[in-house]
Amino acid sequence: MERSLMKGNEALAEAAMRAGCKCFFGYPITPQTEISAYLAKKMAANGGLFLQAESEVAAINMVLGAASTGVRVMTSSSSPGISLKSEGISYIAGSDLPCVIINVQRGGPGLGGIQPSQADYWQATKGLGHGDFHVLVYAPASVQEMVDVVVKAFDKADEYRMPAMILADGILGQMMEPVTFPEIEAKNGDKPWAADGHKNKREHNIINSLYLQPDVLEKSVVDRYEKYKKIEETEADAESYLCEDAEIVVCAFGATARVAKSTVNQAREKGIKAGLFRPKTVWPFPAKQLQEASKNAKTLLSVEMSMGQMIDDIKLAINCSKPVEFFGRTGGVIPKPTEILDEIVRLGGAK
Amino acid sequence: MAVVFDRPHAFCDIPLHYCPGCTHGIIHRLVAEVIDEMGIEGDTIGVCPVGCSVMAYDYFNCYMIEAPHGRAPAVATGVKRAKPDSFVFTYQGDGDLAAIGTAETVHAATRGENIVVIFVNNTTYGMTGGQMAPTTLPGQITQTTPYGRDPKVQGYPVRVCEMLSTLTGTALAQRVAVDSVPHIREAKKAIRKAFENQKEKKGFSIVEVLSTCPTNWGLTPVEALDRLRNDMIPYYPLGVYKDIDAVKEGE
Repeated sequence: MERSLMKGNEALAEAAMRAGCKCFFGYPITPQTEISAYLAKKMAANGGLFLQAESEVAAINMVLGAASTGVRVMTSSSSPGISLKSEGISYIAGSDLPCVIINVQRGGPGLGGIQPSQADYWQATKGLGHGDFHVLVYAPASVQEMVDVVVKAFDKADEYRMPAMILADGILGQMMEPVTFPEIEAKNGDKPWAADGHKNKREHNIINSLYLQPDVLEKSVVDRYEKYKKIEETEADAESYLCEDAEIVVCAFGATARVAKSTVNQAREKGIKAGLFRPKTVWPFPAKQLQEASKNAKTLLSVEMSMGQMIDDIKLAINCSKPVEFFGRTGGVIPKPTEILDEIVRLGGAK
Repeated sequence: MAVVFDRPHAFCDIPLHYCPGCTHGIIHRLVAEVIDEMGIEGDTIGVCPVGCSVMAYDYFNCYMIEAPHGRAPAVATGVKRAKPDSFVFTYQGDGDLAAIGTAETVHAATRGENIVVIFVNNTTYGMTGGQMAPTTLPGQITQTTPYGRDPKVQGYPVRVCEMLSTLTGTALAQRVAVDSVPHIREAKKAIRKAFENQKEKKGFSIVEVLSTCPTNWGLTPVEALDRLRNDMIPYYPLGVYKDIDAVKEGE
C-alpha cells in the first residue's frame, strides 16, 4: 500500500476523490484552502468537477443542487464560513440529502483568528442551523484519520440520507504526516429518490423541505428522529486509552486528544492512573463507551480548544454521576502537555 | 375530434394556490408548453424559489427542487454541473432574484451557467403580503412603503435584464409581459428560445416576465393588467436586452 507524506487538508481531498466525490464547491478561507487548491488541480482529470462559488452561501446551495441529482458532493470551509453555510445545511437536512461538509476550525467568534480551535463543537453537534435536525459529525485526530473518516462520511451520508460533517481543526488541516490510502471503492449507491430527470419512466421526484401543514411537518421530523435514534445506537465511536484502571479519565477529541495522550503517558510515568477517552464521533456522542471507560474513574477532565463545550455532553453521558472538570485554551492557543499535567495533578491524581 | 387546446403534460392537473387574477398560472403554462413541445420533460429539473411560486414543485411534472430564498441559481448550478445533459430552469420572483439572491443571480450569469431563469416581476413581495420589492416602482404604495416608495429613502428599482445584459456570460436577457395575447405569444417565444439556448449550450438565459399581483396591488384583475401596461412597461420596457446570436450576427 502506498505511503505518502501529506498535509491533512490534501490527504482529505485525495481521499474524497477516491471515495467517489464527483463535485466539490468551495470558497477560499484559511486554514482549509488547500482542500480547494488540491481539488482544483485534480478533480477534472478524475472525471469530477471543482467549482469556486461566489460565497459560502452559494457553495452550500450548489451542494444542495448536486446532491439532489444523487452524486457524491462535498464542500469545505472554516468556522466563519460554516456559519454562512448553516442556512443551506438546514435545508439539506430537511430535504434528506446526503453530502459531506468539512469544517477545519479556527478561532472565533466573529472573524476570530486563523489558528486552530474547537469552539464550533456546539454549532456542529447542537445547532448547525434552524430547526430540529442533526448531522453526523466525525472528529479525526490524525492525517490518516482525515482520510479514513472522509470515506466513512460519504458512506454513512448516503446510507442515512443526511449530511455528514468532518470537524477538524487548523492543526490537522495544516500538519504533515505519513498517510496510506486503503483500497477505497468509489461508490455512489442506488438513489431512487434523486432528481436527475425521470426519463418518462417514473413519477416526478420532488426535493423539498417545505410542509405547510404542521402535522405533516411534525411527522417528517419525528421520522427523522427515529433514524437519529438508530444512528445513536450504531454509529457512536470512540477510542479508550489506558482507561481500564484509570482514576482520572481525560476526555479530548481531535488534535487536542494527541496532546492529551502524551500527557496521560507522562502522568502514568508519575504513577498517576490516568486514561484518555477520545470521541471519534461527536454526534452521536459515544455516551455508552464513555460510561464504560469511566467506570473506575473518580474524576473526568475535559480538555478542549474552547471555553468548554464538549464538557456538557460528558456530564450528560455519565448523568453527572462523577465530577467533570475542565481545562481549555481558546482563540487559537493550543494547550500544552505541561498545563494539562498540572491540572491532572491539581485534581488529586497524584499518588 | 381534433384537440385544439389541452393542458400540457408537464403542467400537473391539480388546483393552483395562486390568487384569482394572478398571472403566475399563465407563465407556468408557457414553461410547461415549451417543455412539452421540446419533448424534454424526462430530462428537465426545475428549481423553485421562496415566494409565491414556492410550491411550483407540485405544478410541474418534471423533477423539482425547492431552493432556499434567493439561492435557486446556485442550486441550479449544482444540478447542471452534476448532470450537464439535463435541462435546468429556475422560476423566481423579484424579491428572490433581485434582493436576497442578487449575488447568486449575477454570478450564475457571469459564469455563463447553461441554465434558464424565469424571472417573474410583479413589483412586490406577494407571498408575505405585499411589501416593497427591489422592483417596486417609485411612488408605489406597499405595506413597507405606506407613503409610496421614495427613492431618496428606499433607493431606485433594479432593472434586472439591463444589468445582466452587460455580462459576457449572459446569452439571452429578454423582458416580456403577459397582459395581452400578443405579449403572451412573445413571452412564449422568449421562453422557447431560452430553452433552445440551453440545448445548444449557449449560456445563461433569463426571461423577465412582467406579471400582476391584484391582491397586493389592491386592484381587480382587469385593473391590474392596466397597471402593468400603463405603469410597469414604461419603467421596464419590453424587449431583447442581449441575444448572443444577434451579437454574433452584428459583428
